[in-house]
Amino acid sequence: MKKAGAVFVLIVLGLASVFLFLQNAEAKEPYKIGAVFAVTGPASFLGEPEKNTALMLQEQINKAGGINGHPLEIIIEDTKSDETQAVLSAKKLLENDKVLAIIGPSTTGESMALVPIMNNAKTPLISCAAGAPITMPVKERYWIFKTPQYDTSAVEAIYGYMKKQGISKVGIITISTGFGDAGRKALHDMAPKYGITITADEKYGPKDSDMTTQLTKIKASGARAVINWSVGPGQVIVTKNWSALKMGIPLYQSHGWGSKKNIELAGKAAEGVIAPLGRLVVWDKLPDKHPQKALLKKYTQDYEAKYKGEPGTFGGHAYDSIMMIVEALKKVGPDKKKIRDYIETKIKKWPGTGGIFNMSPEDHCGLDKTAFEMVVVKNGDWEILK
Amino acid sequence: MLTVFLQFLFSGLTIGAVYALVGIGFNIIYNSTSIINLAQGEFVVIGGLLMWFFSESLKLPFFAAVLCTLISSGLVGLLIERLTIKPLKNPDLLLMIMITISVSIVLRGVLMFLFGKEPYVYPPFTEGEPINIYGAIIQQQTLWVISITLFCIILLFLFFKRTITGKAMLACAVNPTAAKLAGVNVSKMVMLSFILSAIVGAIGGMTITPISLMEYDKGPMLSVKGFCAAIMGGLGSNRGAVIGGFIIGILESMTAGYVHSGLKDAVALVILLLILFFKPSGIFITKSMSQLRKF
Repeated sequence: MKKAGAVFVLIVLGLASVFLFLQNAEAKEPYKIGAVFAVTGPASFLGEPEKNTALMLQEQINKAGGINGHPLEIIIEDTKSDETQAVLSAKKLLENDKVLAIIGPSTTGESMALVPIMNNAKTPLISCAAGAPITMPVKERYWIFKTPQYDTSAVEAIYGYMKKQGISKVGIITISTGFGDAGRKALHDMAPKYGITITADEKYGPKDSDMTTQLTKIKASGARAVINWSVGPGQVIVTKNWSALKMGIPLYQSHGWGSKKNIELAGKAAEGVIAPLGRLVVWDKLPDKHPQKALLKKYTQDYEAKYKGEPGTFGGHAYDSIMMIVEALKKVGPDKKKIRDYIETKIKKWPGTGGIFNMSPEDHCGLDKTAFEMVVVKNGDWEILK
Repeated sequence: MLTVFLQFLFSGLTIGAVYALVGIGFNIIYNSTSIINLAQGEFVVIGGLLMWFFSESLKLPFFAAVLCTLISSGLVGLLIERLTIKPLKNPDLLLMIMITISVSIVLRGVLMFLFGKEPYVYPPFTEGEPINIYGAIIQQQTLWVISITLFCIILLFLFFKRTITGKAMLACAVNPTAAKLAGVNVSKMVMLSFILSAIVGAIGGMTITPISLMEYDKGPMLSVKGFCAAIMGGLGSNRGAVIGGFIIGILESMTAGYVHSGLKDAVALVILLLILFFKPSGIFITKSMSQLRKF
């Protein structure tokens, strides 16, 4: 009986391998690219839409016949929002899966951890995190690119708008996380260039429930505007407190404000809040001939149809990263060095979800403050400010 | 000057009321079992999220939603006790505390699956403008939080001092064996304490969500701050937990206001350390009382 069982298993295995072989012979070899996203852990609000976007694009591209006939295979690894895990995942992708390029990670810390590894492996990385050090100095970031806009670009968009409004004194309030600290630094660094004085510099923790104290201090400091820099519930609480205090000065939010959910949560309190937002969240308000409009519309509608939620700016970063690599693969084939060179020199006036990219040997992000629109909340909806 | 001071004070009261309610939750279970239930913060989250579910998702009227939330939170408390504490053959204190940690992790996971990662909110109990006192504003919901907190304390005080069940629960903590000999059903009392503390936690969650929003992973922060409040006032003393909660809240707010907002968490914790150094039993527990405690 035992013998018969073993023979049966052998036959099945044999048949299965022949079958697999036949199938493989039919299609061309797949192009493998890796993705390291913070699907779980504290940064999962970034990793989840990124993962969804990757899965959706893989399906769409393969349905349309793949890349020059080669199916696209995106191997997604979860970093659990942890630097060590990000390094392990990247090593696994490079050594076991032999991927042609990696997209992600979701956070600046994880991306920084991968810089030396990617440089050693001579494999391109397109990060989905915003921190400026990811791609600067460019000389030491030969293989590294990123798609999210610089924090400084968002700050410049705000300061530029304030200058037009004649505001020169601001109070800033930032969350004590990587995102808030990076924003705080950018706010301080850019202030002199726009003739802005920071009269108060306040902070709060990611789980704090009331920021009235900080806002009262900002008001007492003589600021003519408040800038809040955070993601998560903090920005809604600040908005509610700002509205309850009737501060009489405008509230500006960072580019982290770009989710309809925030307007829903803050309700009437959100009226009048101004923020620099990527065009992804206001695509329906763009003029038809805007180069980003068509792709934003398709991406947003496809995503919403598939996942019953908005992709948000973060899903868009993954979209841009993947599409850049896909285009490079289409043009130059599976060669790591050529992919890198293509992205650095040929991604020009390239419309993505984050803006219109202009990569160059001096700039591995390719976006500036023009990637943002200043958007105000009006009647529970976004409105682009001129 | 007065306006600014008052504003800092009100902000501190808002924050402190939350800590106080969590602190009381710790005390209920501690008072009847001598264990520290580190899943207390999750009870608060459950209250807030369930209230959202019943009032916003199912669109139940306000009082029905409150009732449903309280009943289901109580059920959660009951299930936790029956599934994790009851089956223990040798109820060792340390073991039980570890169990509550794992319960908190499991609850967080379940909440994440049910509600996702985004924050939730529903309208405050009474709509309307914030109240203006000498130029400082206090949100109406804050007044609700404070008065409901005080109401809970009075009810709990009466329950523990005036009813047989309450006294039996206290007896279980002091000496379970003696309580059993005196005819107290210890197991039932432990179960009751979990139900009660889940309900008190849920009340906290229901009242603070309109102010602070609620998301699945807010629990640990609430547990830590509430635990500080309970320790500061002296574990076991509800009056102590409330005063401890308000002291920490006001200290945080004053530090943020007059020193720097980056330092607020540090200062509150330093004060807590000082109290532990010089009066380790807490403000409201005398030394002889604390010697009767297991820890």
